[in-house]
Amino acid sequence: MIKTLFEYLQYPFVQKALIVGVLIALCSALLGVTLVLKRFSFIGDGLSHVAFGAMAIATVLNLVDNMVIILPITVLCAVLLLRTGQNTKIKGDAAVAMISVGALAFGYLIMNVFSTSSNLSGDVCSTLFGSQSILTLSASDVWICISLSVAVILFFVFFYNKIFAVTFDESFSKASGIRVGVYNTLIAITTAVIIVLAMNLVGSLLISALIIFPSLSAMRVCKSFKMVTVMSAVLSVICAMTGLIVSILAGTPVGSTIVAADAAAFAVCLVIGRIKA
Amino acid sequence: MPLITVSDLTLGYESKIIIRNLSFKVERGDYLYIVGENGSGKTTLIKTLLKLQPPVSGKIEYEDGLTRKGIGYLPQQSNIQKDFPATVWEIVLSGRQKKRGLRPFYSSEDRKVANECIRRMELESLIKSSYRDLSGGQQQRVLLARALCTEGDLLILDEPVSGLDPVIMEEMYALVESLNRDGITVVMISHDIAAATRYASHIIHIGEKLFFGTRDEYLNSDTSKWSSAK
Repeated sequence: MIKTLFEYLQYPFVQKALIVGVLIALCSALLGVTLVLKRFSFIGDGLSHVAFGAMAIATVLNLVDNMVIILPITVLCAVLLLRTGQNTKIKGDAAVAMISVGALAFGYLIMNVFSTSSNLSGDVCSTLFGSQSILTLSASDVWICISLSVAVILFFVFFYNKIFAVTFDESFSKASGIRVGVYNTLIAITTAVIIVLAMNLVGSLLISALIIFPSLSAMRVCKSFKMVTVMSAVLSVICAMTGLIVSILAGTPVGSTIVAADAAAFAVCLVIGRIKA
Repeated sequence: MPLITVSDLTLGYESKIIIRNLSFKVERGDYLYIVGENGSGKTTLIKTLLKLQPPVSGKIEYEDGLTRKGIGYLPQQSNIQKDFPATVWEIVLSGRQKKRGLRPFYSSEDRKVANECIRRMELESLIKSSYRDLSGGQQQRVLLARALCTEGDLLILDEPVSGLDPVIMEEMYALVESLNRDGITVVMISHDIAAATRYASHIIHIGEKLFFGTRDEYLNSDTSKWSSAK
């Protein structure tokens, strides 16, 4: 089996998949910590549905580079969702539910009405649950992913202390002169970028798992914010690698396998956390 | 010049005015209690003092030194914080954000001050503990240490004793009083009128009638008789 694995690792498409997989896992885990702690995990979920709707539009329009549509729409919705969370008549969670279900239905509707594809349900299924598209990445896909990931990681490292302050206590941070609104918007935009990137990896329905699981697992066992962040990134990368390798060797769907690995890691952390306490 | 001079302040939202024509002064070394019923606008008042919310009308003037150094603030605890995975050290150090501006990392000076504040609040033994594992009183002491980290001359505390048991509450009062004796001006929101009449130098009572004056004036006023009769 190990021999087969090394054989596979020689192939460029496997190498690309591993690079992209690791980067996306790393970014989503970093951001996940803040999102989960700020009680924003549902925004990640809502945005993934929006990304699906946008993807449907791009598919129907037969765009070669569907990022041109998906990224702006998702970023826009991220900013909107965050604003509605603060002060509007429709409360945050209801707005998210509305937008996410709406986008999902709208996406399926236009794909159904306008699609020229002979295998519609196959298309929809692969967009939702991730196809083997991570195994057919082009060199430019990989470079886009690398540069966006580096941007996300730099943002996180550079603003780490601010992000901590804003996550822990918005009122105090505002009183200390931190522009909380700006950071919240930046966090929303970064989330949107990561979700769009991760759609290639696990499909739009399973993205939230990539964001939520590693940080929840890390929170079971770690005491400090720094350790939760580090542990969550490490766990996420390990699970993504494991999931990818297993799916290549066993021929299982990539997205679901990665999420299964994340869920298994969560179970282990849960038990360790209970034993420690 | 007083630290804060408030004249003719009206607070609330366009449709709903909660406080009308409030004037008061906070002098250096004062210990001001803001008392009043739930929803009377106590938190709105201090959020306005902290410039987190604009007043409907009226004027607030700050002494130059205060504007430069900043105000130490202890907000009400939010739900998010109760199970937050962060150590005492991380939280207290985040009180130095005001001094950071756009610079991303803390300096050794920041660490030194944070250490002093932790010692002042007798939290040395808990420095590596997780905030979520602490008792209510310990958590409040951590937030107070963070507020002290601003090194300002003024502390604004929003109900620092709410939800604490009586013994811990007394410890907290004693701690705040000792800070005040060390020369830090304190503005504190409280439900506890008994404590206000024991510790405060000045009292603002927000209710159907507004009151501002020294503790003795308050004790002799109609406002205090009215509220103790209730």
